[in-house]
Amino acid sequence: MNIEWLGRQFDTIVFLLGWHVLLTVIPLILGLLIALPLGWWAHRSRRIYPLLVGVAGLLYTVPSLALFVLLPLVLGTKILDPLNIVAALTIYTVALLVRVVADALESVPEDTVQAAKAMGYRSWQSLLKVELPVGVPVISAGLRVAAVSNVSLVSVAALLGIPQLGSLFTQGFQLRFFTPIIAGILLCVILAMILDGLIILLNRWLTPWTPKVVAS
Amino acid sequence: MNYLFDPRHWTGADGIPTLIGEHLLYSLIALAIAAVIAVPLGIYIGVTGKGVFLIAGLANALRALPSVGLLILLVLLISPAFPSKMGYILPSLIVLVLLAVPPILTNTYAGVRAVDAAAVDAARGMGFRTMKILTDVQLPCSLPLVLSGVRSALLQIISTATIAAYISLGGLGRLLIDGKAQNDYSQMVAGAVLVALLALFFDQLLAFITRRVVSPGLTRRTIKSASIAEPAKTPVTV
Repeated sequence: MNIEWLGRQFDTIVFLLGWHVLLTVIPLILGLLIALPLGWWAHRSRRIYPLLVGVAGLLYTVPSLALFVLLPLVLGTKILDPLNIVAALTIYTVALLVRVVADALESVPEDTVQAAKAMGYRSWQSLLKVELPVGVPVISAGLRVAAVSNVSLVSVAALLGIPQLGSLFTQGFQLRFFTPIIAGILLCVILAMILDGLIILLNRWLTPWTPKVVAS
Repeated sequence: MNYLFDPRHWTGADGIPTLIGEHLLYSLIALAIAAVIAVPLGIYIGVTGKGVFLIAGLANALRALPSVGLLILLVLLISPAFPSKMGYILPSLIVLVLLAVPPILTNTYAGVRAVDAAAVDAARGMGFRTMKILTDVQLPCSLPLVLSGVRSALLQIISTATIAAYISLGGLGRLLIDGKAQNDYSQMVAGAVLVALLALFFDQLLAFITRRVVSPGLTRRTIKSASIAEPAKTPVTV
């Protein structure tokens, strides 16, 4: 490790880290927002569930580099546009979470739903105030997987020349220089761990009724 | 699409069939090595309950490691020692195996754990030895989960083998990386389409194999269509 090089490149690395965070977090939030209604729809309809889960599974099989390259054809963007990465990762996040949201709503005990109904909750109130909160642990478990794999997937975009932490890998390869590669790997792992930890905290905050000792 | 339908690109040492062949060769070698490591280990951990920490820790830690970074790091470490083609083939295979082990391992473990304890007890009561219980009861019952682990491992491998073209591994990723270098977008699109089709094909193939080899008793397919559902429909004649 060449600490001096890291010091000189500090501003660049912070810039790359910033982009990496944006390219990871924006698709995560967009994906969750899209997956919530779709998952609810799949949960409500026996016919829609296999259809949505099937399409999600097919989308998830498309390799990331291929999706990054194909999306410009669909979106009309340039190949270097970071928007392609945001769209691709949003697709992966939705594909992963649709099933998770549907299964989370499915996991809510029927008694709980009935009790909410008996207390006069309308179906949308029951969904927002009872079923979704009860499903939060399952959804956040899925969100953790999506967050951690997004961090790794973003770095693939470096092969197309879109700046983020993955650029440190390609730079290290071209220069035969270990320092940026190791720095990039460490920052990716730390970022993944921080996002993972934040989702665990968010989960605890949203589900205050669960016992304090939560197995991660 | 022009690139894909140009007959010149379908022949020769760097033609599309050769690239598909290379992609498959590396993918299947990596999958085989990963399965040989992960399936016995998963069975061992599942049956004995020893080393469960490996399952939870390993799977999550490896997901967080960026595969591009790992590939490049290993190439720089290994290639000076192997001046030939092995200098990039070996690191690629190591990364592919490393990514494929966790899904197979966790699913094999979960599959063995999920086998109905009553089924194991029944087999023991019928005089099955431990080894026979494993091969005739526990393994067939855990097969659906093991195969679903193999399925996600293979998709991961096909996807990452594409990326390994950057460190000059052969395969369909060549079209993407070389196309990028030559500013030839139609070549990149051809590569992307072919890789996506390859992944979809293998995903569906493994789904098909799973349906064929998994015992119908486990999926209740025959039960649904057979006589059990029938009685309700027959009219009651007094």
